[in-house]
Amino acid sequence: MNTATKTRLQSAQVLAEKNRQKKTAMLQYLAQKFRVDVFDILHEKGTGHWGGASSVTELLTTLYFDVMAVRPEEPRWPGRDRLVLSKGHASAILYTVLANRGYFPVEELKTFRQLNSRLQGHPCMNETPGVDMSTGALGHGMSVALGMALAARLQRRNYWTYLIMGEGCLDEGQTWEGMMAAAKFKPERLVALIDYNGFQLDGPSNEIMPLAPLFEKFHAFGWNISPTEWNGHSIREILKSFAWVQQQKEWPVAVIYRTHKGRGISFTEDTHKFHGALIDDQNYANGRPQLMKTLEELEAVL
Amino acid sequence: MNAPSKAIVMRDAFGQALVSLAEEFPEMIVLDADVSASTKTADFAKAHPDRFFNVGVAEANMADIAAGMATCGLRPVVNTFSIFLTLKGADQIRNTICYNNLPVVLAGTYGGLSDSYDGASHQSILDMAIMRALPNMVVIVPADAVEAQQALRLALRRDGPTFIRICRNETPTLFADAAPLEIGKLRKLREGSDLTIGVTGVPTSMALEAAECLAVDGIGVDLLEIPTLKPMDVEALVRSAAKTGKMLTVEEHNVYGGLGGAVAEVLARHAPTKMDYVAIQDRFAESGDYASLLAKYGISVQAIVEKAKGLVGK
Repeated sequence: MNTATKTRLQSAQVLAEKNRQKKTAMLQYLAQKFRVDVFDILHEKGTGHWGGASSVTELLTTLYFDVMAVRPEEPRWPGRDRLVLSKGHASAILYTVLANRGYFPVEELKTFRQLNSRLQGHPCMNETPGVDMSTGALGHGMSVALGMALAARLQRRNYWTYLIMGEGCLDEGQTWEGMMAAAKFKPERLVALIDYNGFQLDGPSNEIMPLAPLFEKFHAFGWNISPTEWNGHSIREILKSFAWVQQQKEWPVAVIYRTHKGRGISFTEDTHKFHGALIDDQNYANGRPQLMKTLEELEAVL
Repeated sequence: MNAPSKAIVMRDAFGQALVSLAEEFPEMIVLDADVSASTKTADFAKAHPDRFFNVGVAEANMADIAAGMATCGLRPVVNTFSIFLTLKGADQIRNTICYNNLPVVLAGTYGGLSDSYDGASHQSILDMAIMRALPNMVVIVPADAVEAQQALRLALRRDGPTFIRICRNETPTLFADAAPLEIGKLRKLREGSDLTIGVTGVPTSMALEAAECLAVDGIGVDLLEIPTLKPMDVEALVRSAAKTGKMLTVEEHNVYGGLGGAVAEVLARHAPTKMDYVAIQDRFAESGDYASLLAKYGISVQAIVEKAKGLVGK
């Protein structure tokens, strides 16, 4: 309970911070705090996806605490920016970010994946305040986000639609159907963010289903893709990437973030083995001190 | 009930309804997968180009684009051949549209064997079973152009997903002067006490004719037209089955999972009744003209009469 209260206070401070340099450090700390919280929950509940949650932690934290226009007290505000987490197995970090952003009590995170909880194994928009689209089956997000972005045009709204995909989504044929359609209709403010961690459930993406050259493929499909591939764990770089996005006039826009699956713990990083594997007591005991060491280092520079 | 009046092509009627309802439903958006000339959404595309999206031959993508739009307050109507919509779009219809209970209208044209000459690859004989198995889905199978047009308006007024099965071809107009279609209500077309015939979709006119033939032989048919497969009008169905004790279902669909299955599920629980099924007997059909094809695959006035007589023991 004390931990949760402490986190909420810091969330409010981060949102209020005007100094960009200070805010960058705060976001970096906050993201690591959320990463620890996710690790704790997954260990406590004995279920959930660590690898892909950890790789997208900084990106989701930046979106909800700096980039997106949202009203947690009015989750279905029609003018809100949308997020489609197409890699829905990263639900634990989405819920952690949403709770700390004020959509629902942080204490509720303890019900993750349990009976009668609003926090389903994969995100469910009709259960969890703040979830804009239910995901889980991979490869749906591109089309759904395109539909939302087209709705903005049809209804003359100017909200942004952000889509987060991993390798699994990019394996699915539907994603490429959606990419072609997005390039045809060119909806304004549609932004695809790729959490490119190089691993999927069964192994390295280069072995399971090579996606390279990904930049060239997006480009060939008619997308305005960032020529820079950004470090998806560096808040400073993520903020720079969104500054680039803001300047764009050609739609749709895509950004590749180089990330590490299972980020933050030596033995879970850059392997498929902790995609959805149990965080058992031994792994927890060995891994948590590593996460905490980083957290303390980030706290020291606040 | 009046005699059937002139035949109208059901897909034409549905396409016209899209245009005529455009003002009443300003949030309506129409999507098509490169078959707008076939589904007859082309007229809407011409009248409202800003509200029409042709996504190419990409049914899965189309269904999820519609879902995304629906979350933002729009009312998308998704159109393509029923077989491709319900099979290639099945994951999207299930995981995005139905799971989230989104108000998307799924119009599956070329239902049943109605794409007769194109052959088995294009014939849709599983769509009712698949759509019926999805939580939150309402399934409407119009019997004529009038019901097809009314189904669209009802679907646009719903707050959840609706599947409407549209025939490619001409169908006799049966309900021009009837009470309007209601979701979850069947229509009693004829009173009788020897057996109940429950029919859905295009074979309704056949069932009417069969009931006339059976009357000549002294067999009284309680004839029910069942335009909404889901939700089923349980009360009216049970009342009729309890009265006659015999039920024959008639549909342009595989024998598994369609109307026959739906009726059997209801009656097994509420009024166990001897049943038989006029349907395609779990096989793929072939190319040919529509009427001949229906007859060869077991859907005809004669087939209804024979199975009805078998049920009543005459």
